[in-house]
Amino acid sequence: MAPAEIRQVIIGILSKIAPDEDLSSLDDTKPFREQMELDSMDFLDIVMELRKAYRIQIPEEDYFHLGTMQSTVEYLTPLLKDA
Amino acid sequence: MTSGIGQLDRVVITGVGLTSPNGDTLAEFRGNLLAGKSGVVPFETRYMGEVLAGVCRYNALKYQTRKDLRRGTRAGSISVYCANEAIVDSGIDWPNVHKDRVGVYLGITEHGNVETENEVYEISKFDYDASVWTHHHNPRTVANNPAGEVTINMGITGPHLTIGAACAAGNAGFIQAVQMLRLHEVDLAIAGGVSESIHTFGIFASFQSQGALARHEDPAKASRPFDLARNGIVVAEGGGICTLERLSDALARNAKIYGEIVGYAMNSDATDFVLPNAERQEQCIRLALRRAGLEPDDIDIVSSHATATEQGDIEETKALRRVFGDCPGVAINNTKSFIGHAMGAAGALELLGNIPSFEDDMVHATINLDNLDPACAMDQLVINHPRGKTGIRCLLNNSFGMLGINSVLIVKKYQE
Repeated sequence: MAPAEIRQVIIGILSKIAPDEDLSSLDDTKPFREQMELDSMDFLDIVMELRKAYRIQIPEEDYFHLGTMQSTVEYLTPLLKDA
Repeated sequence: MTSGIGQLDRVVITGVGLTSPNGDTLAEFRGNLLAGKSGVVPFETRYMGEVLAGVCRYNALKYQTRKDLRRGTRAGSISVYCANEAIVDSGIDWPNVHKDRVGVYLGITEHGNVETENEVYEISKFDYDASVWTHHHNPRTVANNPAGEVTINMGITGPHLTIGAACAAGNAGFIQAVQMLRLHEVDLAIAGGVSESIHTFGIFASFQSQGALARHEDPAKASRPFDLARNGIVVAEGGGICTLERLSDALARNAKIYGEIVGYAMNSDATDFVLPNAERQEQCIRLALRRAGLEPDDIDIVSSHATATEQGDIEETKALRRVFGDCPGVAINNTKSFIGHAMGAAGALELLGNIPSFEDDMVHATINLDNLDPACAMDQLVINHPRGKTGIRCLLNNSFGMLGINSVLIVKKYQE
């Protein structure tokens, strides 16, 4: 899966777990939490949705990679290269 | 004070919020009860296909975001809606209420079945891989979830309890609130009962296995308490929540007063998991009357619990005949015939639907009563059509549940 496709996957997950948010102007370099109301349970939702959709396990020590869209896509690119 | 509550603080109902299968405001609910309009409809449920149910259509987004709804439970959503509606209706200056002096007490029949069933279904798509079991499961299924969601939504920092009391729960929520107000544990109580039960197949399947799930080609005629052609329960969802205050506080802010809770009782059959017990029901009714300082013929309306199961209807009839057999002026009605059995919300909704009788001098009927079971015959039954009755002052509300739990609440029109 290409980075652009991965970004769309994340947008899809965010729109599911934060349905009241406007994601059209999301800044990929800024932390999600500065742009949206997301708490720890929401981040676990991101991890869970990726696990369900692609059977990837993200260890807790790697959660910090999910801070921004850019870092999330960079982290997931090798994991989803064959997806 | 003429009631039997001695020096205890008098407690009054000052605000009402509800959602029922045939109305999302007290006025709409009351209008449909008087008009004989049912709220029972066909309803798709997992594994069983179409069943009949009482389904609510309140605006869940009125007080919550879509994210709130996704995170929480249906029971929580119903509770949040009804609690906010009650506060608005009460006219209380909510922003300036001390939130640490507010208590939330909600009765419920069961909680967690819906969320657990949904999650088991979800992991079934992953060959029962437990690693995809949601982290939302525990906060959704803890027994205090519905009341807890209300506190989060409304910023209430006083105590909250969800009171498990089977189908006696609606009254139990009010009773808990009265007690806490009289103990001065809180100054304002948000209390009543809620149910999300229609969203689990298990409750339908269990009643079906028990031979107690209603069916009828016309959904509106499926819930038939006291009728010979009854064939069981129509499960419903809903919520009925009130603001309760000590009378002195209500008067101080010149509040609208719907009625005064003058008597209550709860007891246990101690006999059977599911079968009701007329003797204990009678004792519970008499205890509530004694605490209220009332005689049976002081009661104007008895809101019956009858669910349209043969044994349940007959046992309650025995209890009512023993207490009210010599009281021709009492009117007996039934709300489940309109909306089905709203489980934890039943007692609350059944009380609230009758409260307007203090003002409109009408008693709503029990509908779908085409062939009265002789074992349930009572001259006081209000059959199929509402009845005019002037000077209504006292309502007695029965709610009984599995494991032999009985609750009775008496509400009186407010008089100084």
